Amino acid sequence: MTPLLSVSQLSVAYGGIQAVRNLSLDVAQGEMVCLIGANGAGKTTTLKALSGLIAAQSGSIQLDGQPLSGLPAHAIARRGMALVPEGRGVFPRMSVAENLMMGAYIRTDRAAIAHDLDQVYSLLPRLTERRAQPAGLLSGGEQQMLALGRAMMARPRLLLLDEPSMGLAPLMVQAVFDIIRRIAASGVAVLLIEQNAHLALKTCARGYVLETGMITLSGNATELAANPAVRHAYLGEA
Amino acid sequence: MALGMLIERVAYRPLRNAPRLAPLITAIGVSIILQNIAMLIWGKQYIPFPAILPQGRHDILGATISDTQIAILLLALLIMLALILMVQKSRLGRAMRATAQSRQVASLMGIDVNRVIASTFIIGSALAAIAGVMVSAYYGLAHYYMGFLLGLKAFSAAVLGGIGNLGGAMLGGLLLGLIESFGAGYIGDLTGGFLGSHYQDVFAFFVLIAVLVFRPQGLLGARVVERA
Ligand SMILES: Nc1ncnc2c1ncn2[C@@H]1O[C@H](COP(=O)(O)OP(=O)(O)OP(=O)(O)O)[C@@H](O)[C@H]1O
Ligand SMILES: [Mg+2]
Repeated sequence: MTPLLSVSQLSVAYGGIQAVRNLSLDVAQGEMVCLIGANGAGKTTTLKALSGLIAAQSGSIQLDGQPLSGLPAHAIARRGMALVPEGRGVFPRMSVAENLMMGAYIRTDRAAIAHDLDQVYSLLPRLTERRAQPAGLLSGGEQQMLALGRAMMARPRLLLLDEPSMGLAPLMVQAVFDIIRRIAASGVAVLLIEQNAHLALKTCARGYVLETGMITLSGNATELAANPAVRHAYLGEA
Repeated sequence: MALGMLIERVAYRPLRNAPRLAPLITAIGVSIILQNIAMLIWGKQYIPFPAILPQGRHDILGATISDTQIAILLLALLIMLALILMVQKSRLGRAMRATAQSRQVASLMGIDVNRVIASTFIIGSALAAIAGVMVSAYYGLAHYYMGFLLGLKAFSAAVLGGIGNLGGAMLGGLLLGLIESFGAGYIGDLTGGFLGSHYQDVFAFFVLIAVLVFRPQGLLGARVVERA
């Protein structure tokens, strides 16, 4: 079976700086996969290249066997890939409800959109109370939830998450990861990027380790978590 | 409108990621080019403009108001209403607001940002064309240079109301008009006859400078503080 997302030999550079080098990974239908790595390893760069926000230097990206290379970000979004960017990227001057509706911008099936909106509100009750508030006034955790809810409104097949735990208190991280697990349980494939390797490996079935733009390790999450090199570098053990 | 689209392509798109001042300077440059093209086509003299709006006059409570003024007022109100509805409710309007807040995130929502920005320029030039026709019909004259001062005043009105805020721009326009008229009416008294009503244009720019100094966000601008 062809994987939902298949990336091979992806390289990305900023001017002369090589940020990602010959990266290959894949995500199967409905699978949860994580990509872990330290600051500056190239995690965000990888996701930006996948979603079309920056152009890749070389390599191929396929969604469901269809090549995505060279497509602009809006065309890739229309094919079923949703990115929750680093720092959430909510529209600060739009209300919570309007933000959620922006997620469904590409859809025209009104009845199904209304249904999904109800689903999102019941999954994220904190947003229900704040639906008329400008998104810029929400707390960081609430903004992360809003960004997740907005991505769900697109009914994506693949969800890319860039460090959803960043800057959140431990309880809020738990709440956000609960939501991510529930989204995945509904059949959406997830590629999760995290610095919090412990949490990422606990949540996902498989993982990749990115170091200075290259994948150095990959495999089953429990095996990775047991790997001495990973334990030393990312799980804070000697 | 086609012209607006063309200008967006050649003059603004290359500057999409440039600092805010660059497009402003381009705007002035492009306006000078357009003025000169208009001058080449229609010549330097004032040319009569057909009176396409109704011409009668009425006396209401001691003030005189012409049918032309009423028509312009109604038309302007109608267009403003349509514009607000479009921006607040329509799909394109939502895409415009999203694009204004973050082009990257808007594109992640599936919005073709280039198309939205081009549409904005098309709507803008259509509105400018309507405004130009209204002004020309009001004075019964057209001139290649007539838009320059009006453009600067429109910009002052937008700054007064708060850039990026439709209601603000409209309020700003109304206030600016009132300030100008009252200013022109009383400037002679205020300066003991030293300055006459032909100095009315200074008020717009006086207001512009005052706003920039004391309230750069404009009257209705940026009420929402954004969290990091
Ligand atoms: N716009 C840019 N221009 C130039 N270099 C960049 C740019 N963005 C990122 N880089 C460089 O590319 C490398 C990878 O950055 P990237 O943001 O992908 O890292 P990351 O793994 O997401 O890190 P973090 O965990 O801090 O978010 C870094 O060396 C960074 O300095
Ligand atoms: Mg990053």
